[in-house]
Amino acid sequence: MSLPQGVRAGLLVGAVALALVPLSGDRFWVQFAGKLMITCIYAVSLDLLVGYAGLVSLGHSAFFGLSAYLLAGLANGLGLVSPLATLPLCLAFAGLAALLIGWLSLRATGVYFVMVTLAFGQMLYYLFSESPGLGGSDGVSILQRPRLAVLGRTILDLGDRTAAYAAIWVALVLSFLLLRRVVQAPFGHVLTAIRINEGRMRTLGYGTGRYKLAAFVLGGVLAGLAGYLDATLYGFVNPAQFGWRQSGLVLVTVLLGGKGTLYGPALGAALLSVLEHFAERATEHWSAVVGAAVIAVVLFLPRGVAGLLEGSRG
Amino acid sequence: MTAPLLEARDLHTFYGASHVLHGVSLAVGNGETVTLMGRNGMGKTTTIRSVLGLTTARSGQVLVRGIPVSGWPAHRISRLGIALVPEGRGIFPTLTVREHLVMAARPGQWTLEGALDLFPRLRERLGHLGSQLSGGEQQMLAIARALLTNPELIILDGATEGLAPIARQQIWAALRRLRSEGTAALIVDKEVRQLLELGDRHLILVKGRVAFSGTTAEFRQRAEQNLALLRA
Repeated sequence: MSLPQGVRAGLLVGAVALALVPLSGDRFWVQFAGKLMITCIYAVSLDLLVGYAGLVSLGHSAFFGLSAYLLAGLANGLGLVSPLATLPLCLAFAGLAALLIGWLSLRATGVYFVMVTLAFGQMLYYLFSESPGLGGSDGVSILQRPRLAVLGRTILDLGDRTAAYAAIWVALVLSFLLLRRVVQAPFGHVLTAIRINEGRMRTLGYGTGRYKLAAFVLGGVLAGLAGYLDATLYGFVNPAQFGWRQSGLVLVTVLLGGKGTLYGPALGAALLSVLEHFAERATEHWSAVVGAAVIAVVLFLPRGVAGLLEGSRG
Repeated sequence: MTAPLLEARDLHTFYGASHVLHGVSLAVGNGETVTLMGRNGMGKTTTIRSVLGLTTARSGQVLVRGIPVSGWPAHRISRLGIALVPEGRGIFPTLTVREHLVMAARPGQWTLEGALDLFPRLRERLGHLGSQLSGGEQQMLAIARALLTNPELIILDGATEGLAPIARQQIWAALRRLRSEGTAALIVDKEVRQLLELGDRHLILVKGRVAFSGTTAEFRQRAEQNLALLRA
C-alpha cells in the first residue's frame, strides 16, 4: 500500500529539515536531532515486529545494547575502529543474538512471548550491570570512535559530531527505505496476514514460524544499527540500554506514532522527544506530562498519530 | 492401484469431552469432485479441519497420495498440494486483492493472470482492500488465492454460503471449470442440486457419522431418504 500523498510530502520535508540541522551550528540541537533519528531507527525496527508480524517484544533493547557493547569492546579491546569492520560485526552479532533469542522465544505466543522476551532483556541487563569486566553498572566509555582511514589518511571520523550526524541521517533514510521495501514485498504481506490469522496462513502452506523468526532477526539487526549509532554518537555504553524501561519506551513510541505504518513510529519518536524536551523545561514532573499525553493518544487515537493522517486502512 | 489424492480413515475427533467425529472416512481421487453435505453442526468443518491438521484427530489416519500425514502441521500438508477456502472466506481485511494473490502464488499452472481470467471482477478490484469487497468478491478472492498455490486438491468449506444469487452462479461456474480442467475438489455447501450436478461422489454427515456415501446415481436412487437426512 502506497503512502498517502501528504504523508510522503511530510516525510520528504522532515528528511530535508533533519539534513539541514547541522547548519544551525548549535551543538545541542545537532545532538538532539541525532538522538531523535536513532530513536526513529530503533522504533521502525520494532514496528516491523509489532505492527506487521504482531510480535510484541519487550526485549528489543537486547539487540540495541549488544551491538553498542560490541562496538565498545572492538574499539577498546582490539583497537578496531574501521566502520567497515565494526559495523558489519556489530550488526551480525545483533542478528545472531536475535536468531537465538527469537528461535527460543517464538515457541511462546501472546503474553508468554512478551514475558520471554522481557526475561531475555533483563538477563542481559543483569549480566552486564553485575560484571565488572563488562564495565558493571557504570558502563564503558568508547576510547576511539569509528574512523575510516585510507593509506593513513582519515577520510571519515565518526568522532566528529557532524560526520556522525550525517552517518545517522543516511542510516535512517536507508533503514526506512529498506523496511518500506520489505513490508511492500510478499514477505511483508505474509507477516501482516500471519498477524491477522496465523492458522489461515498455515493452510496456505506457510511455515509461519520461519517468517516470524526472519522478521525478528531483521528487526534485531536494525535495533543493532541503532545501538551502534548511539554508541558512536555518545561514545558511551551502559547496561540501562538493555533494560525493560528502554524496551518499554520504544514500544510506547511505536504505539504513540501508529503501529504498522513505519512512518508513524518515526513520527512518534519525534513527538515524544520534543514533548520530553519541552516538558522537562516546564516542570520537574515532566514524566507525568509525557505519560498523560501517551494515555490521551492511546484513548483517543487508537491507531496512533498516523491514524490521523491516514485514510481508512486498518 | 494408485493411492487416492486424499484419504481419511476412521477419524475420531473430540472437542474437550465432546466426541464430534465418530469414525469418518472419505477419499478424493485425482481430478475427482467429492461433496460433503449435512445439516449445521454435523461435523463437516471439523472433518475438514481434522484432515488438514488444524484440529488433531484423536484416532484415525489421514493420507495424502498414500503418505500418512496425521500429526503433520497444517502448512506441510498444504505443501503437498491441498488448498483450503475456509468457511467465512478468510480474507485479510488490510491487504489489497493484489497483495492477497501475489502473497499466495507458488509456481505452477495457475498464475495471477489465469486467476483474474477466471474471476474478471477481481481484475477491477485489484487495488481494493479485502474489507472493501462484497461477500461474492471475497469468495472469488479466496478461491483465486487458493488456486494460486497451485493445488491438486481444493477444499471449499461453505462454497457459496451467504452469497447473492448472481455471485453463487459465478462461483458454481468457476467450480465447473476447475472440474473440467482436472482439479480435484472437496466441496461443502448447502445447495444440493448444484452439488449433485458437480460432484462425482457425495457424503452426508449426520452427528459426526457418514450416513451416506455414494455416486450421484446412488444418491438419486435413495433421494428421499438422503434429503430427509439434510432437512433441518
